[in-house]
Amino acid sequence: MKKLINRPADVVKEELEGIALAYPGLVKVHFEPNFIYRADAPIPGKVAVISGGGSGHEPMHGGFVGVGMLDAACPGEVFTSPTPDQMLEAAKMVHGGAGVLYIVKNYTGDVMNFEMAADMARAEGIRVLNILIDDDVAVKDSLYTAGRRGTGTTVLAEKICGAAAERGYDLKRVADLCRRVNINGRSMGMALTPCTVPMAGKPTFELAEDEMEVGIGIHGEPGRERMKLKTADEITEMLALAIIEDPPYRRTVREWDEEKAEWVEVELEDPPFRPGDPVLAFVNSMGGTPDIELPIVYRKLHEICTKKGLKIVRNLIGRYITSLEMQGVSITLLRMDDEMIDLWDAPVKTPGLRWGM
Amino acid sequence: MTITRSEELTITTKELLMCLHKMAEVLEANREYLTSLDAAIGDADHGINMDRGFKAVLAKLPSVEDKDAGTILKTVGVALVSTVGGAGGPLYGTAFMQAGMAVAGKYELEPQDVLAALDAALKGVVMRGKANLGDKTMVDALTPAVNALRRALENGSGLTEALEQAAAAAEQGMKDTIPMLAKKGRASYLGERSIGHQDPGATSSYLLIRVMADVARELQTQQEP
Repeated sequence: MKKLINRPADVVKEELEGIALAYPGLVKVHFEPNFIYRADAPIPGKVAVISGGGSGHEPMHGGFVGVGMLDAACPGEVFTSPTPDQMLEAAKMVHGGAGVLYIVKNYTGDVMNFEMAADMARAEGIRVLNILIDDDVAVKDSLYTAGRRGTGTTVLAEKICGAAAERGYDLKRVADLCRRVNINGRSMGMALTPCTVPMAGKPTFELAEDEMEVGIGIHGEPGRERMKLKTADEITEMLALAIIEDPPYRRTVREWDEEKAEWVEVELEDPPFRPGDPVLAFVNSMGGTPDIELPIVYRKLHEICTKKGLKIVRNLIGRYITSLEMQGVSITLLRMDDEMIDLWDAPVKTPGLRWGM
Repeated sequence: MTITRSEELTITTKELLMCLHKMAEVLEANREYLTSLDAAIGDADHGINMDRGFKAVLAKLPSVEDKDAGTILKTVGVALVSTVGGAGGPLYGTAFMQAGMAVAGKYELEPQDVLAALDAALKGVVMRGKANLGDKTMVDALTPAVNALRRALENGSGLTEALEQAAAAAEQGMKDTIPMLAKKGRASYLGERSIGHQDPGATSSYLLIRVMADVARELQTQQEP
């Protein structure tokens, strides 16, 4: 293992110490329990948008804390869900009296920890809603699995919902918007190389020099297929078509019903893409893939979208949701509407995403 | 330990604390083993997480060592929930918290209390994780263990023998996860590729039940002339 670290056990702590020193006007860091939060929080009357997850996906989530995006982010150990005490303390620190939205990626650990945190926060009188992001089309069904994983759409949901909260949307409206972003977003990723969790010291899986894993998860979970390496155009086509031709996806998710005051099963369906849909096209490096290769993927993605009648109205290209040093790429397409476009364009100022201010 | 009737031992809070220390030792010793099982079908952190969690438990125990068994177990649960992370944190945390609620206020645990605590722990895991028997999870080790414990106590076995049977059932349950197709957690994404691997959560559950049986036997042996 070759990494720029001191001791494997100190990686997350020292990362957070560095972030606190690097962006003092923008974010603050709370230790034990660990969370990053907006320097100007709490903002009275504003819905607080909080996310979190295992570390190792930087800049997500901590890099998206700031004006117009997240109020707080809870980093777990590398690839391990954070714990309810972090999420609870983050909520108490940043909520401005208008409630808290937890944006949760659909992984068993994250879902359970955020549900426990929401229960604990409500017990302390804070209004909380949890919305899941489950957009990874590499997982085909939810009957025999824990359901689709939360990947690229998470970044887009955090930006759009953060902008909505900044504009003064109430909690229910921000949560409904988040759910709408989720059901309109689809992603798929692939890996050229594995990655090494610092505490484990060796790669999470093995790939031969001429092999790739298509449909990889952001923690190195296996995807749909391991196959011989192909060209950028062929890989892009595989990912893009899996997304564009994905049939309607139905599943039930657990959400908090404020009227009944209990967790309820909600049925959701992702409508498939259709010619004429305006989309945001997001090409993301898994961490180790350099910037020079991303436009090559975008170029082909643009061609395929055009051929399929999808109109790319916005794009995002870069390193936003990563798997440590893994080489590979993920593609996300989000069907946009005017409200989402408007919120996407709204000013944002975070360490990881910044425009308009 | 005190012998009340024929072979019927009760567990004092001091012995409960000893059992928790032993659990931490065993999880530390099996850190690499559990992590390697998790690397095969999960995300290679189960041993690391459980070891970190039980080290946090050990740090908390001195503050509750003169408290009742319920308080001790709830403290263990809260420590696990706030340090383990992943799915193991909420699941084991809920298990210990529910077990603690089942024996709240007690300073000595009768065999029926041990059963009530383990049964509550299992119900807590099922409630939190929504897993069914056969999904290749902790539930596959815990369910047969609780059933075996109940059956043995009903048939008049002492606690030591009943826990031995529970550990044997948990071990079998753990091994039975090998041919199963995972339907919960990260392993479920492997589909068919999850077959042939032993579930790490079922394995850590077996290890903890094994510690309980070993501690009971040790206490029994100490007591016998």
